[in-house]
Amino acid sequence: MGKDIREDIAWAQINKDVLKSIESPKRMYWVILLIALAMIGVAVGCEIYQYTTGMGVSNKNNSHVWSLYIATFIFWIGMSHSGTLLSAILHLMHADWRKPIYRFAEAMTTFSLMTAGLFVMVHLGRLWQVYYVMPYPNERWVWPNFQSPLVWDMFAIATYLSSSVLFLYVGMIPDLAICRDNIHAGWRKKLYTVMSLGWEGTDRQWRNFRITYLTIACFLIPLAVSVHSIVASDFAMSNMPGWHVTSFPPYFVAGALYSGCAAIITLFIILRYVFRFEEYMTLPIMKKLVRLTFAIAMVWTYLNLIEFASVWYGHDQTAKDQLIFKATGPYAPFFWAMIFFGSILPLMLAFKRFQTHLPILFVVSILLNVGMWLERWMIISPSFAHGHYPWTWDHDQWPSLVQWGIVFGSFGWFTLLFMVFCKVFPSVSMYEVKEMVYHRSLALKHKPAVKGEY
Amino acid sequence: MSKRHLLALFNDFDEAVAAISELRAANIKGFNMDDLILKSPIEHPEVEKVLGDKPVHVQWFTLIGACTGALLAFFLVSGAQANFFSQIKGGKPIVPLPPDFVLTYEMFILGGVFITILGFLICAGLPAKRSSLYSAKVSEDQIGILVKGDESAVAIFKTIFTKHKALEIQEEAGK
Repeated sequence: MGKDIREDIAWAQINKDVLKSIESPKRMYWVILLIALAMIGVAVGCEIYQYTTGMGVSNKNNSHVWSLYIATFIFWIGMSHSGTLLSAILHLMHADWRKPIYRFAEAMTTFSLMTAGLFVMVHLGRLWQVYYVMPYPNERWVWPNFQSPLVWDMFAIATYLSSSVLFLYVGMIPDLAICRDNIHAGWRKKLYTVMSLGWEGTDRQWRNFRITYLTIACFLIPLAVSVHSIVASDFAMSNMPGWHVTSFPPYFVAGALYSGCAAIITLFIILRYVFRFEEYMTLPIMKKLVRLTFAIAMVWTYLNLIEFASVWYGHDQTAKDQLIFKATGPYAPFFWAMIFFGSILPLMLAFKRFQTHLPILFVVSILLNVGMWLERWMIISPSFAHGHYPWTWDHDQWPSLVQWGIVFGSFGWFTLLFMVFCKVFPSVSMYEVKEMVYHRSLALKHKPAVKGEY
Repeated sequence: MSKRHLLALFNDFDEAVAAISELRAANIKGFNMDDLILKSPIEHPEVEKVLGDKPVHVQWFTLIGACTGALLAFFLVSGAQANFFSQIKGGKPIVPLPPDFVLTYEMFILGGVFITILGFLICAGLPAKRSSLYSAKVSEDQIGILVKGDESAVAIFKTIFTKHKALEIQEEAGK
């Protein structure tokens, strides 16, 4: 395998390349932005129609109360996991190949969470009462139930979002100072000046920065795991057939990591092309990322089998019926598509020839996420369609175009936020790439290892 | 006596470290090692060898923040639940500890993260106005050594910096 990065890249060149990305991306950037805006337009139109007409137009009913909105909410929450979690874990493990790619992965976390948050509002219908989601005690005589995983969700997601934003921002301060020093006028200069907080790279600042970044990384790992465990508790703590499974929390966490890794591959390829990051987002780094995705895909496959086996060999006949319904009923094509995209397709990633073939990886990574979206849908809708009571069964419900339109538009919303971020802020960490180059060139010269390298 | 500030820029980190070591060894009158600041584009933990170990207090903020967050969450939740005492609980505890642990845990982390950031800002002296002796080269690829000393020490500073191949020396009257 080749080098993750060239050791002889001049530091000034690193600044120049990354700053160029925020000033003059390829034309494809604007094409992506326009497509994203068009997709948002579809979602906004659907939401306005749903808001003015009523939730009935979504085709949700008494059995199918969650449908695509909550499935997609969980998908976006899941997608958010890999960015911050992988960045934090790889940081603690001193895996320096994370350095050129962690910034955009963390941004992906933030914007996925923001997109997920939208679905709570869309699902509520009554947007003007969205503040009821905030469980502040008793003042409104709502009697929030602090034993409910839905209330935990709100706390967990708010904590994860704010901590991820802070983690992203703190890690970006030295780079914002570089932007401040190199961009000479306009609103950007003012923005970077304010956001860099007067950073000068003094030994005192670096010393405190190192400890702070490490500490937040330590907090974020259990936090990320807890967030998706709590989302899994929304299901596992209920008595619905197909949901009441002990392995749900680790299954959800693995699924979240899986979809996040696949999304990182997709965005890696897009950014590498659009911002000309071939020197930094290199094929050896992609190879490591692909191998990691493959490993997580196999963990997810195993946990999927465990889930099916727990139901199959358990004593809950309704849950067993529900599993058979999923595999043979009207949802069967989607169920088997989920198995194919989630468990069979990633086997391709085990072959070396595909691990660095970017066009194939681009398509495969998107299909993996299609599989992971189907997984969330297959958790929710079949259970509602075929629950405990036959008089609640509704096998024929199909989400309306309004629901599909809003789900479709959410991808545009995410893309818009993400691409705007990458245009305004450096999506490759300049100072960390310099550290990577520095330490690797030191190692090449057989100098003693740097004390206290973190 | 008025103090003067000097910023020397180096291309090579080893030369900058050697300059610091020499400044320390030279025992210059009117100059204290605490008045030396190293500015660099990346973190150099190894510089602590020559600058001397300087304590970092961010962890104390973390501890206080995490504990405060956890306590706040527990009392907020259990206080709200304690107000439900008139509701029929069917024999269940008014303040159930296992589920309350979840929110306590979340707020433990939230408090820890928030106050760690606050601690970082305080300990790193941020936000701050940039010193007038600042070079954009420091955020690019050069190492800066900023020293403050008496008028009498300036000549020695310059000699040492020049000896260690400083690319540029900026000077300013101190406050």
